[in-house]
Amino acid sequence: MAVSQTRNLGLPLINLLRLKGVPILQQLHLEERLLRTSSDNWCIINDGTIDPTIVMGISGKPQELLEIESILRDDIPVIRRFTGGGTVIVDQGTIFVTFICNKDAVPGLQSYPQPIMSWSSLLYKKVFQGIEISGFARMIDYASCTAVVLSDYVLGDRKFGGNAQSITKNRWVHHTSFLWDYEISNMGYLKLPKRAPEYRQARDHLEFICRMKDYISRSSFIDRTIEAVGSEFLLRSAELEDAHCTLGSKFEPSSRLLRKQELGEAIFKSLTASQS
Amino acid sequence: MALRMWASSTANALKLSTSASRSALASPAFSLARSFSTVLEGFKYASSHEWVKHDGPVATIGITDHAQDHLGEVVFVELPEEGKSVSQGNSFGAVESVKATSDINSPISGEVVEVNTKLSESPGLINSSPYEDGWMIKVKPSNPSELESLMGAKEYTKFCEEEDASH
Repeated sequence: MAVSQTRNLGLPLINLLRLKGVPILQQLHLEERLLRTSSDNWCIINDGTIDPTIVMGISGKPQELLEIESILRDDIPVIRRFTGGGTVIVDQGTIFVTFICNKDAVPGLQSYPQPIMSWSSLLYKKVFQGIEISGFARMIDYASCTAVVLSDYVLGDRKFGGNAQSITKNRWVHHTSFLWDYEISNMGYLKLPKRAPEYRQARDHLEFICRMKDYISRSSFIDRTIEAVGSEFLLRSAELEDAHCTLGSKFEPSSRLLRKQELGEAIFKSLTASQS
Repeated sequence: MALRMWASSTANALKLSTSASRSALASPAFSLARSFSTVLEGFKYASSHEWVKHDGPVATIGITDHAQDHLGEVVFVELPEEGKSVSQGNSFGAVESVKATSDINSPISGEVVEVNTKLSESPGLINSSPYEDGWMIKVKPSNPSELESLMGAKEYTKFCEEEDASH
């Protein structure tokens, strides 16, 4: 495949794809295809997804993470995505921002999880600069000189966004779901995860997360994000048709909807485990 | 070097954006001050940080100490089944660490003859023993001359140092 020109005026070129209400499974398929078959850099912003959907990371176990009976009763779709990380429930109140980049797109950035998350946290710091918050802003503690993992986006000690990644030999994806708003009742579908960052301190979802809408308007967040991306890349507006044109037809994405049968089997595994 | 650069810039600049997540398990912390990764003689190395040890008709493949150190705590491994073909430079599986899936690329081409099934229950073996208990697949090489295109221990050590220094 010919390598497209990715640098101009000293900044790497990035295709900015703005979407609204695209189903999250469709978004994940698009991301995976662009990761594996495109040689361009992409920034995708999807402003909300149409139906409440649960999205687990690649290794997520439904019996450990989900209230499966409620999910089956209410017919909530469950997706296993191609990136790592935890479980989220997304809906119209979620804003998605995804970066798909060549490994040399950001000068000096090694394509490993921690450096990529560090880079993205600095970019989002620009987005939230000057936003008034209440409560104590948490600092990273390096006093012990142990490597700490930058994971969630928090205001005070409440999470408003989580991210995950997939890294190939020459490219990487870093995607984030931002809780601009959420339905309290939807959080009832998620169990308390076994693996959680220390700062969560066993809080349940409603005590752990917060809404961005209390701090910033939807349009302002998106505009500020685009501006921040524009400070590091040369933006080129793209349409969904442009993205599809560049894709190889043979690639099959791995993100998928779990079948009800699989969820039912997970309930059985959960019962078996509790009896042993 | 890369970890130190990005981590320190974040420590200085950060005000409200992110929170720290430490490993919840008893595994050792990954020190920012660490500058050396183990590289073994007698192994061959790919620029994507996989190693291969050729022993008669079979070659064993895994990821290097440098790779596991940069990836962080491995929590999940996806490996091919026996009988599958792998080809040099292409992905044959993935590891999950720190909310990221990372491709593992085969240093040589061939047929998978054995898979390390211990990794499904104990993925952390990749961190604690990347060259021994953390081996991933064994392959019957289809083109042994491919090994000549890989790096030896000294060359790989220098490669890692240069890669870290340039980021």
